[in-house]
Amino acid sequence: MDFRLSPEEEAFRQEVRSWLREHLPRDWEEQVSEGESWEFTRQFARKLAARGWVVPHWPREYGGLGLSLWQQLVFREEMAYHRAPLGYIAIGADWAGPTIIVYGTEEQKREHLPRIARAEVMWCQGFSEPNAGSDLANLQTRAVRDGDDYVVNGQKIWTSGAHRADWMILLARTDPDAPKHKGISYFLVDMKTPGITVQPLIDMMDNHSFNQVFFENVRVPARNLLGEENRGWYMATTTLNFERSSIGGAAAARRLLEDLVGYVRDASLPGARPLDDPRVRYQLGEAAVELEIGRLLSYRVVSLQARGLVPSHEASVAKLYNTEMGLRLARRGLAVLGLYGQLRPRSPWARLRGRFERQYLWMTGMVVGGGTSEIQRNLIAIRGLGLPRD
Amino acid sequence: MDLGLDEQQEMLRNFARDFLEKECPEQLVRQMEEDEKGYSPDLWRKMAEQGWMGLIIPEQYGGAGMRITDLAVLLEEFGRFLVPGPFIPTVVLGAYPIMLAGSEEQKQRFLPRVAAGELIMTMALTEPSAKWDADGVQMEARQEGNEWVLNGTKLFVQDAHVTDYMVVAARTGKGASPEEGITLFLVDSRSPGIKFELLRTIASDKQCEVTFENVRVPGENVLGEVGKGWPVVHRTKLLAAVAACSYLVGLAQQDFDITLNYAKERVQFGRPIGSFQAIQHKLADAVIDVDGCRFITYKAAWSLQENEPDAELMVSMAKAWCSEASRRVVAHGQQIHGGIGFTKDYKIQLYFRRQKWMELMWGDADYHRELVAQKLAI
Repeated sequence: MDFRLSPEEEAFRQEVRSWLREHLPRDWEEQVSEGESWEFTRQFARKLAARGWVVPHWPREYGGLGLSLWQQLVFREEMAYHRAPLGYIAIGADWAGPTIIVYGTEEQKREHLPRIARAEVMWCQGFSEPNAGSDLANLQTRAVRDGDDYVVNGQKIWTSGAHRADWMILLARTDPDAPKHKGISYFLVDMKTPGITVQPLIDMMDNHSFNQVFFENVRVPARNLLGEENRGWYMATTTLNFERSSIGGAAAARRLLEDLVGYVRDASLPGARPLDDPRVRYQLGEAAVELEIGRLLSYRVVSLQARGLVPSHEASVAKLYNTEMGLRLARRGLAVLGLYGQLRPRSPWARLRGRFERQYLWMTGMVVGGGTSEIQRNLIAIRGLGLPRD
Repeated sequence: MDLGLDEQQEMLRNFARDFLEKECPEQLVRQMEEDEKGYSPDLWRKMAEQGWMGLIIPEQYGGAGMRITDLAVLLEEFGRFLVPGPFIPTVVLGAYPIMLAGSEEQKQRFLPRVAAGELIMTMALTEPSAKWDADGVQMEARQEGNEWVLNGTKLFVQDAHVTDYMVVAARTGKGASPEEGITLFLVDSRSPGIKFELLRTIASDKQCEVTFENVRVPGENVLGEVGKGWPVVHRTKLLAAVAACSYLVGLAQQDFDITLNYAKERVQFGRPIGSFQAIQHKLADAVIDVDGCRFITYKAAWSLQENEPDAELMVSMAKAWCSEASRRVVAHGQQIHGGIGFTKDYKIQLYFRRQKWMELMWGDADYHRELVAQKLAI
């Protein structure tokens, strides 16, 4: 039992922090207009790449830095705490790349990994469909072999960044007669291929992040099949040997709580100081306790991995708890802010830059995305506790 | 960083689990609820033989010189088996303040006997005001020659009636703040003028009302400095809160394990009730609560042990969390068991009632949440 990071890990944390101070202005969200924010994100990814920090968790032979699990955790923690914009690199670095590393041919590795590592390409993830959400294995998009190609028809949804992406990791059905988990294949798809249409799906925050993607007779070369045909489901759900702690949520929440603490201590606010209100102190105290629990549940995943164990339901515990904790934090923050809580960013009266209004909406999505809270509870019950399905 | 037990702690845990499974069966737990003393001298002696009373007492005083995290690991098993008796009072509330503030002579006099299992102790801190803070200490001690004379009432004193000595907090002067002017006394529990009255509690544990009527305490039995007892109490409270959390970790884990097993075996509508999502999701939430209890308790114990700057914050976080999370766990335990859980014969109620006891001891969630907020923002 030891809750201290090693001196090397602490030094690495300092290194990441000073780099961020240099390359990411503290108030970058203020300075960068909404129109410029995509370009800012792309530029930031290039800076990260120059440092090897797009894929620091990858093995060295593939352009990574081979960080230890605890270093990976520290890295993610610092990035999230400092609100670094990582949208450009996430799917490539954490999904496409690691899966290619494990299942890709030499040619696929050569073609894709260096470009992901250098942040030259952006990836999106074509998994979910209108009728394959929580029941992802029910996906119906078809890929039919035709000569040297597969011909893809169907529809994807919730595809973050599809309108920016160069490539997609795609799950499509290649054997409609097999049991549903056993007829799915994993493809790497060039988004410029004819027949792909991307349609925006605006979220309730007014962001354009999601899309619907339509496939109409899209020809995907057979060499872009990843791994074996019909093994896609198992590849997509394979445990990869990278940190899976959901630490980002806890770290981002910590920063928000610090903002909130700063607010309640602010003596220049009109009226009574919020901190003197016992209800406010209740919210703060509870938020701080829950935050520490979330952090520890994330650390526990890495602690298991660092002992060479493979976390299963423990990763679900961390995801479930940290997203729900983040949502509760948003509600607590809004309760503390009162009427001001409803104001959006860039509203002249907004407090804390409208962050809690954003967090409230965002976290309402996060307890759904990436496996809903209910699905996580099912996983914990069935995989973790061995409860029967029926 | 590593959130798990080290090898020695694993050994301690495994040994304690095997030992208590054999020596502290449910039947004994039930007997001790009815027993006036509330503990088994036989089990007490056997635990002493394992060196548990001296676990955190330095080797030079006959202890094992182990650390706070080790004690937490052991107490987790105590919670799992609901070990009855004055172990926490003796080790945490009696020996620990002597380790913190005792003179060499006092350490020599008390600690080896505690370690040997020959001395049972507790701390008499709370009064009818039922406050954990220094202003709750109103009992007076006045000096007469080389002696002190104690008058007043202490309430919620754990296992006082079976103790040999009590650490008594009393007011010897008025200072600028309530924390000043409190003195600790090592009081022979058989001194004339002391009366014990057992309280009837939800957990059927043995808390006492202790009345002091002109109880005379020799000057050499002042623990620490006159008027400066509160910091010792404060530090002891931190360890006591960690001890309560550790006990709750084991209690919640065991309640959960029993409940999980029941959910797999109990059949209704032709299927195990654990196959219903209504039950599964309760159990999934309980997993998080138990895990949270364990890791925040480990962190609090470790922070206290290492004298980390945020140790007090961690202890308050731990007690705030464990108090409520363990309550959620045992509430799910009752609900999932249905009617059988409400019967005295079935074991789950033993956990349910004791959870409330430990939830309240050394500050409940409201109390510690307020401390967290204060430490955070003020």
